[in-house]
Amino acid sequence: MYIAGYTPKAVLALDNLKKYCEEHLKDQYSIEVIDLLIHPQLAEGDQIVAVPTLVRKLPEPIRKIIGNLSNKEKVLVGLNIRQVKNHDA
Amino acid sequence: MLPKTPTGITGLDEITHGGLPTGRPALVCGAAGSGKTLLSIEFIVRGAKDYGEPGVFMAFEEKADELKMNVTSLGFDLEKLQNEKLIKIDHVHIDRSEIEETGEYDLDGLFVRLGYAIDSIKAKRVVLDTIENLFAGLKNKAILRSELRRLFSWLKDKGVTAIITGEKGNKGGLTRQGLEEYVSDSVILLENRVSNKITTRLLRIIKYRGSYHGTNEYPFLIDEEGITVLPVTSALLNNEVSSEQTSTGIPALDDMLDGKGFFRGSSILISGTAGTGKTSLAAVFANETCKRNERCLYIAFEESPQQILRNMKSIGVDLQQHINKGLLQMYASRPTLYGLEMHLVSIYKKIRKFKPQVVILDPITNLVTVGSVSEVKSMLIRLIDFLQTEQVTVVFTALTLNTVVNEQTDEGVSSLVDAWILVRDIELNGERNRGLYIMKSRGMKHSSQVREFIITHDGLDLVDVYQGPDGVLTGSAREAHKLAEINNEALRKHIVGKKDAEIERKRKVLEAKIALLREEFDSVQEQLNKSYLEDEMKEEMLQNKSLQKNQKQAN
Repeated sequence: MYIAGYTPKAVLALDNLKKYCEEHLKDQYSIEVIDLLIHPQLAEGDQIVAVPTLVRKLPEPIRKIIGNLSNKEKVLVGLNIRQVKNHDA
Repeated sequence: MLPKTPTGITGLDEITHGGLPTGRPALVCGAAGSGKTLLSIEFIVRGAKDYGEPGVFMAFEEKADELKMNVTSLGFDLEKLQNEKLIKIDHVHIDRSEIEETGEYDLDGLFVRLGYAIDSIKAKRVVLDTIENLFAGLKNKAILRSELRRLFSWLKDKGVTAIITGEKGNKGGLTRQGLEEYVSDSVILLENRVSNKITTRLLRIIKYRGSYHGTNEYPFLIDEEGITVLPVTSALLNNEVSSEQTSTGIPALDDMLDGKGFFRGSSILISGTAGTGKTSLAAVFANETCKRNERCLYIAFEESPQQILRNMKSIGVDLQQHINKGLLQMYASRPTLYGLEMHLVSIYKKIRKFKPQVVILDPITNLVTVGSVSEVKSMLIRLIDFLQTEQVTVVFTALTLNTVVNEQTDEGVSSLVDAWILVRDIELNGERNRGLYIMKSRGMKHSSQVREFIITHDGLDLVDVYQGPDGVLTGSAREAHKLAEINNEALRKHIVGKKDAEIERKRKVLEAKIALLREEFDSVQEQLNKSYLEDEMKEEMLQNKSLQKNQKQAN
């Protein structure tokens, strides 16, 4: 997750991300936060223009989800996390 | 006075009276292929090389290699400049298929990247080319617009002079996304206009905050050295003039021009019908210029330089030696190769580089195949005006066409020039010879004689016109008349000689007579003297006798 300082948008995005990961990927995730204010040169590598941007490198193709992640569906689709549905037996 | 940043682009700094406003963003817009990227990269490179101002080029379009290749073809070594930390190129690539937008975001990522790039080399110049590509990658237009607004304000705070490029859309307005709303300090429009199958590139300054600028269109060309803009579009008529006169290379012609020749920095037209020797005259003038160790630029629109060199050699004018010494440059250009504007820019460029004292255009008449007479006239006015400010003498040769060069009404090009030499055919007794006269020569006394203009193996000369009993004689009639006169002269001398002999004889006879008379006179004189003497002696004797007698009587 690329941010440019802990702005309200960034904080909201991080919170949202944690929530989704807890819900769907419990204990199988790790979030790397890159603050561009501290490491500006890293923006070039991943071609970051907007913040906050969540970058998913694998599986390919690369997906960049930008925004505060308030739209859960889109985030999950973007992260290729399918919702586990409880079937009635 | 608004501080300005010079762009280093030939001609552009003249038009803007110094360059772009310092510390502010300028919009350069135009259709695809109009030269926006080239203009902006030249701005950065020249800023780094010529003015020591590092620059950041943020490319939203071309990939790294493409940009490098395009720019290397202009002779700029991007890699070297990057290594020397004079230029930083950042490629921003936004792939729409990769992106999912969920909720609010801003473009701080871009700001950070740009800020980092600027700070890393302490850049003073920035280019964003073409930032409108963001609109293709990101869907939320509202966020984009507000972020762009913020970006341009941020650039101003950073104190960098920026060029933002925008592509001209089909809908109208200067750019596809209406960037002109945010970047309103200065706006430059680049256009490609096609007329009569010929493309002309034009630059127009639509807006320039806080400063006077011409709102005209300025033609420019792109070649292996980058962009050259022609900064002259109007004749201001307030140039300094020289009173120095330079020789034409033909002493007889100099005599007709107040004894000294043409004014330096003046414009001269040599017109005549086909085959009357206009190119020869122009070439002799070029030769004379180079002999004075001054530089001459010869632009041929009809014959190739090799043809001209060969033809001039046959009349004893060796121009090749001047080319070898670097005093003469000859260029051939088919008029239909470019539009008039492009011809003008390309001539301007050569003049700027070579700095000649004399420029020759031979001939100008076929330029009317590319434009109307009034357009050709307008182009020549600009050229003459530009050359006069530089004190460069310009010579045009022209075929006598009624539209371009009209002897009766002084319309056309002949009204623009300071001096006009006419060469015309004189047909007489089945023979055609050339006559030359000076139609006008402002500011000096000039001969109004029509003289015969001859071209020989030793060069050009003007011969006195013969006035026979039937009028002016030229060519073989002149030769015949000359011979006849020589004959008459010889005859006259002969006759006079005979008369002289006659008089001489008579004189001798008379002199002999005089001698004789003198002798007679002398002998008469002698006799007279003798008789006086005798008388005296007689008198003396008588006196003596009487004295003796008296003495005797006394005794």
